[in-house]
Amino acid sequence: MSASLSQGRLSALADRWLPKLVLSPTLAASLIFVYGFIAWTGWLSFTESRLMPRYDWAGFMQYQALFDNERWWTAAANLGIFGSLFILFCLLVGLLMAVLLDQKIRAEGALRTIYLYPMALSFVVTGTAWKWMLNPDMGLQKVMNDLGFANFTFDWLVNPDMSIYTVVIAGVWQSSGFVMALFLAGLRGIDDSIIKAAQVDGASLPTIYRRILIPSLRPVFFSVLLILSHIAIKSFDLVMALTGGGPGTSSDVPAIFMYQFAFTRGQLGQGAASAMMMLFTIVAVLVPLMYMETRSAKRV
Amino acid sequence: MKLKSLTMAVMAATLLPAAAFAGDVEVLHWWTSGGEAKSAAELKKMMTAKGHAWKDFAVAGGGGDNAMTALKTRVVSGNPPTAAQIKGPAIQEWGAEGVLADIDAVAKAGNWDKQLPVVVSNVMKYKGKYVAAPVNVHRVNWLWVNPEAFKKAGATVPKTWPEFFAAADKLQKAGIQPVAHGGQPWQDATLFESVALGVGGADYYQKAFVKLDKATLAGPTTVKVFETMAKIKTYIDKGAAGRDWNLATAMVINGKAGMQFMGDWAKGEFTAAGKVPGKDFICTDAPGTQNAFTFNIDSMAMFQQKSPAAVKAQADLAATIMSPSFQEVFNLNKGSIPARLDTPMAKFDACAKKSSFDMNAAAKSNKLVPSFAHKMAMPSATEGAMVDVISQFMNSNMTPAQATERLAKAGAVR
Repeated sequence: MSASLSQGRLSALADRWLPKLVLSPTLAASLIFVYGFIAWTGWLSFTESRLMPRYDWAGFMQYQALFDNERWWTAAANLGIFGSLFILFCLLVGLLMAVLLDQKIRAEGALRTIYLYPMALSFVVTGTAWKWMLNPDMGLQKVMNDLGFANFTFDWLVNPDMSIYTVVIAGVWQSSGFVMALFLAGLRGIDDSIIKAAQVDGASLPTIYRRILIPSLRPVFFSVLLILSHIAIKSFDLVMALTGGGPGTSSDVPAIFMYQFAFTRGQLGQGAASAMMMLFTIVAVLVPLMYMETRSAKRV
Repeated sequence: MKLKSLTMAVMAATLLPAAAFAGDVEVLHWWTSGGEAKSAAELKKMMTAKGHAWKDFAVAGGGGDNAMTALKTRVVSGNPPTAAQIKGPAIQEWGAEGVLADIDAVAKAGNWDKQLPVVVSNVMKYKGKYVAAPVNVHRVNWLWVNPEAFKKAGATVPKTWPEFFAAADKLQKAGIQPVAHGGQPWQDATLFESVALGVGGADYYQKAFVKLDKATLAGPTTVKVFETMAKIKTYIDKGAAGRDWNLATAMVINGKAGMQFMGDWAKGEFTAAGKVPGKDFICTDAPGTQNAFTFNIDSMAMFQQKSPAAVKAQADLAATIMSPSFQEVFNLNKGSIPARLDTPMAKFDACAKKSSFDMNAAAKSNKLVPSFAHKMAMPSATEGAMVDVISQFMNSNMTPAQATERLAKAGAVR
């Protein structure tokens, strides 16, 4: 009897502690490697660290120097342009493609694969391929000129005022297929009977989409926004491969700024300060979004 | 028993690498392409001949950026390599971290103070003690010319800026791109420093880019330098944005372009294409920089070692690097010239001979200046801020006056 009792107690104990025990390595790992290093970076941003980390308090001087740096503001403005256009066009193109594919068309499977395929490439490949296509001396412009359109110019890649928009083009090309897949999954998840009921009531197809289907995709919108906004803020490889931040520093983004200052210019403190600013940007975008999402989930 | 053997295995695993390091030389470098790799192999051959085991630690890519990241990791973890390819003021920055080894004894025995120009040996010392050994000297203020293109256009090789622009006009009329250039920040800076030296002279260059004197940087000479840059900009094609330097050199090689401002590593591209200096291509000083010399020196900084055997191996490495035989064979492969003034130059080509002669002359007349575009003249933070301004100037409608103001501001960044 005592044996069975202790066994019962043991299993109760296991029930309570086993999940925690199993989760603890991942928890510890993310505590140290994510939050620990965020704290470390935060600390470094308040020091005069140059080549190597140093730990003597220097106040806000790194942030002051950062806000004095014109290149930082170019990078921040570029992030604003790139982030908003990238998210907007990905949403529009992705939704449009999802709606069109949703029309029970032939060869849907093949088309879906084609649209989703860019997602299988890394941003480096995308960037390099678009670099060649947009290069005025060997890409699109040259092809059009050779075809006889001598006045055709498309030199955004080498034009400092327009170079950031080429990043938007390549980014949208890469990511809109993925957005389409998410929306398509959302559309397929909607109960058919609602649509049938609307059809019985005499609603036209555009009205059904506008009033019923797209509003019920609300949670998908949130997920897509969440994913796209962090892709935009951390974007580094795409810009590096496509324009290298150039011409000059005209298509610089905060991630490139951070990498160069922290690792190639021996200004670790300055780099840490810019990394913290990127973190704050992510927090400022994501926290309201997540709050809104959890609140709407509770209401339902 | 089982536990004991496990403990032994762990101990062996942790101790073995430490034991294997004794007498080893591990050299961190990024000489991985063609002629450079051949040069590194020479060093390995000489060190193994002296009985040391060579452990190659080559990290390719990024002009050494990747290698620096690897080096930082190794130094932070307390296991630095014997030596690493570090140059210019970065040697001082590493010295300030307290991790470099004092090799003054080797330098005294080899009489390095006599063999090296003072400006060069100063770079190799931290607080008066040698901590690094120079392997080569690159000259940056070269102008590479395609004589055939010049002949076709009826232009003559320029010595001054007015002559330069006259030649550029003639080339343009003949349908040849006057200046081959790659719009990358370091190439913009390379062009800028040659122009600054040519327009302002060595004294101006010293004051502005080595001493970082604010009044000089903000002065009228800098405006004139930017004005010249703006004029050169009109002779560069639109496709230059992001172009690699060797592709720009290729334009000169195949006659699509007439000239290029670039350091003497460009020579390797010409010779690899089977071209002969003096006949198929001409190396001349950038306009207005006759007798002046911007140097870019690769050097090996020595890191503090723990075991006596490693210290001995390190001393041998330093002595080998400075030996005339190594300096000769290394630089024949790499296209640069020896840092030692007394190395025999008989086996070198015409461009290298001119470079060596000019270096000696410039050292005597105080016109031997460090290249700031190649991280030889100023702290990396200042250099980065200045290069940002120059590359923004090259890629926007900024006026020379605005650029001067910003450059002076960048010069105050530390």
